Amino acid sequence: MEEKPKIKLAVYWGAACGGCCVSVLDVHESLFTVVEHADIIFWPIALDFKYKDVEAMPDGHIDVTLFNGAVRNSENEHMARLLRKKTKVLVAYGSCAHMGGIPGLANFTNKEGIFNRAYISSESTLNADKVFPQQHFVVPEGTLELPEFYNDVRTLDQVVNVDYYLPGCPPQTERLVEVFMAIVTGATLPPVGSVVGALDKSQCDECKRKKTDNKLVKEFKRPWQIIDDGETCFLEQGVICMGPATRGGCGVRCIEGNAPCRGCYGPPADVSDPGAKMMSAIATMIDSNDPGEIEKIIETIEDPAGTFYRFSLPGSMLRRKQL
Amino acid sequence: MKQYTIDPITRLEGHGKVEIFCTDDGDVENVYFQVPELRGFEKFLEGRPVEEASQIVTKICGVCPGCHHMAAGKATDAVFGVRPTPTAVKLRELFYMAHFVHSHIAHFYALAAPDFVVGPTAPAAERNVLGVIAKVGIEIGTEVLKQRRIAQEIQALLGGHQTHVVMNTPGGVRKGLTEEQRKDILEKAKGFVEFAKFSLKIFNDVVLANKTYVDIILNGPYNLKIYSMGLVDENNKVNFYDGKVRVVDPEGKEHCKYAPEDYLNWVEERVESYSYLKYPYLKQIGWKGFVEGKDSGVYHATPLSRLNAADGMATPLAQEHYEIMYKTLGGKPVHATLAMHWARLVELLYAAERAVELARDKEITSPDIQAKLPNLPKEGVGIVEAQRGTLTHHYWTDERGIITKANIIVGTTNNNAAISMSLKKAAQGLIKKGVTVDEGILNMVEMAFRAYDPCFSCATHSLPGNMPLEVIFRDSKGNITRQVKRK
Amino acid sequence: MNVNPKIIAFLCNWCSYTGADLAGTSRMKYAPNIRVIRIMCSGRVEPAFVIKAFKEGADGVLICGCHPGDCHYHEGNYKCLRRFQLLQKYIKQMGIPSERLRLEWISASEGSEFAHLVNEFTETIKGLEPSPIKNTIETFS
Repeated sequence: MEEKPKIKLAVYWGAACGGCCVSVLDVHESLFTVVEHADIIFWPIALDFKYKDVEAMPDGHIDVTLFNGAVRNSENEHMARLLRKKTKVLVAYGSCAHMGGIPGLANFTNKEGIFNRAYISSESTLNADKVFPQQHFVVPEGTLELPEFYNDVRTLDQVVNVDYYLPGCPPQTERLVEVFMAIVTGATLPPVGSVVGALDKSQCDECKRKKTDNKLVKEFKRPWQIIDDGETCFLEQGVICMGPATRGGCGVRCIEGNAPCRGCYGPPADVSDPGAKMMSAIATMIDSNDPGEIEKIIETIEDPAGTFYRFSLPGSMLRRKQL
Repeated sequence: MKQYTIDPITRLEGHGKVEIFCTDDGDVENVYFQVPELRGFEKFLEGRPVEEASQIVTKICGVCPGCHHMAAGKATDAVFGVRPTPTAVKLRELFYMAHFVHSHIAHFYALAAPDFVVGPTAPAAERNVLGVIAKVGIEIGTEVLKQRRIAQEIQALLGGHQTHVVMNTPGGVRKGLTEEQRKDILEKAKGFVEFAKFSLKIFNDVVLANKTYVDIILNGPYNLKIYSMGLVDENNKVNFYDGKVRVVDPEGKEHCKYAPEDYLNWVEERVESYSYLKYPYLKQIGWKGFVEGKDSGVYHATPLSRLNAADGMATPLAQEHYEIMYKTLGGKPVHATLAMHWARLVELLYAAERAVELARDKEITSPDIQAKLPNLPKEGVGIVEAQRGTLTHHYWTDERGIITKANIIVGTTNNNAAISMSLKKAAQGLIKKGVTVDEGILNMVEMAFRAYDPCFSCATHSLPGNMPLEVIFRDSKGNITRQVKRK
Repeated sequence: MNVNPKIIAFLCNWCSYTGADLAGTSRMKYAPNIRVIRIMCSGRVEPAFVIKAFKEGADGVLICGCHPGDCHYHEGNYKCLRRFQLLQKYIKQMGIPSERLRLEWISASEGSEFAHLVNEFTETIKGLEPSPIKNTIETFS
């Protein structure tokens, strides 16, 4: 019997934390199944294949690339474009590639803001000469190069065409294995541009906490302002939970840990901007018709932009703060 | 001038590269270590509610998210001026010990073991975990995977999310432990102790019994006489979760022992134009350049420095091995960079023993897991030991507890100067006039870098364990004359 | 200064759109910068609509609904009010001046009030620079 050729798999990271690479490793024993079906031909965190090796590949040589991390600098952008060229199926893997992720919170500021804080005003930093990292820096021996740091954080699909999105921070490993096995067994893949490895419905569908129809509140609470009974819906306890505006598929892991959802799996199907939807829902919870009282209740909602767009700021409609 | 570019460095969490400049004769003129990435956490934490910081900063690193979570949790406690309940502290520390177990196992077997079990100049194809398994047996490989998985499962149970943990809340933790779960963890922790002892035995049988390796450790170009930093408890024993930061000079004398809130008196950072990563140094000594010695503010924060800075280990078996290590290596403090691997295993044993102690403690199943928050939030510092160094989180908030400023000094960052110096020293010792820069030489340069465990190692599986190295020889006009690649 | 701003106006079918109609049939003059989108109820206006309007280049967004107590669907305008107030907090965080977004109640008989409102709001928006949002979204740096 003719042996089926192994899938050529690549895993690459932009502005990332390594958690997505860990999620790939967390296949544990299933790793043997993965290695049986796939040749990992590029994975800087683990393997010794270089950028030059990718450049030398023919276009479309890689069957599947899992690109995690956001596009923060010129190196990330270069690799996104290079991998798009060399890959048949490009997957935006994890929240950062999908929506911008936590590094996307930097879209509340810009390069100047970050550089000034990190290199000048940081209380432990002494930098009287106001030295900043440079793209090209001449030393006695030669010139040293660094990638250009952009003002904006971008999602992967704001740079190149993306075939599929596999959401999560990081994606739950079981979902990755399901998607991987679907590819390996030649199952019909959903239409290009789909979100895979996640449910269509929201977290509330999977969440085991008790819910009623009454979600009106007279004030919102910070998680530490309540004594969580471990059973009641967070929203009904007045604590903001992104569950209604977030896809299921993660196994409600944070809620199992008694922490409200923060939206890392991105919006359910047919919703492009999760924060806007959540704002709509939260506003409906306000138990008042009086502008003054409404204002007081809204004061108890801290950091709406950073909460409703915790993982999705670069991918949101407004994309960034106007500075 | 000949220029060798190593890009990218792999086997660390993050991006890095090295430029080696040589004279036309072939001696190393200078070496530059560059970190090309920056994300700006210290800036975009501003405006976020302080209790959210614990979950935002785990995304600084996906391998040691628990470390950032703990430092942030402690900083948040300090912001509110609250002491967590005893049970909450025990739960946090138990999580943390499991976190150390999983990370130290992965690092030793993936990064360290190949160089010593197989050999630093052995053929590259064998210098990986497969080569290790071939030498010591397939059961061990499976056992490594299994122990790592168990440690991760304990993290998931205690921490909620298995990677980006959510357990901390100001003054406590969100979820308690049942008696059944406690018993289960206790059994697993005992398994960690056995595995740690076994790992130390491997190190003893394979490394210490081999005179060549001992020689490399003691006399190779991997030696940096600098200050050592680590967290210690009130008895000056190594502690990962809590205590004061103690720094000793290259001769072992105490330079300082500071509480978290005093860190700004003792540590300062500087910036270079060719790297996005800052360089911390000891403030009272001052920055004298990339130089060793008592008069230079360069220090390291690693498993070895933790053992150097402490007077001993707080658990019996780990203490035994601590004493053996120092006796073998000629007394305290030890400056042999490669001894970090040994120190890491001693720490693995301590983490395992400590996990057993905590899992035995009946108070850990108490439902009293959250303290009341008495004060208005203001400012706080939290320090823990990350696997790769002392980790400091400092937050300032307004009266509503919204972060106005954040300052963070990360584990590996402490070692930025030391890593640069180790690389240069290794290159200078190995790349000389008349020496052919081949595969084995390149690997030995890497060994200087690898010992610091820069945050990520992941070859706990059947993938080639080589670090990618490509050396490009250029003539003085910049034309490529030769390329040496290690596949 | 913005000589010719674009303003999107969401008007509810039963009250404010009818009020605007009255302004028109009464031949009242008012600034021509508004583009009207008729919705059945101001309660239909969700944050996504407002954000989208800004994203597409609106310099100002105006929402009009029935007076409190008069909503054709009883409570829709109150829903709108709550969303509007939360939206204000959000856009402030996003660096958008709160003057760019306004909510007013206009009844079916308030033709002249509508004309007056539009003129006033248009003047406010003219006093601000053209909204940079669309440009920011289309340019990456």
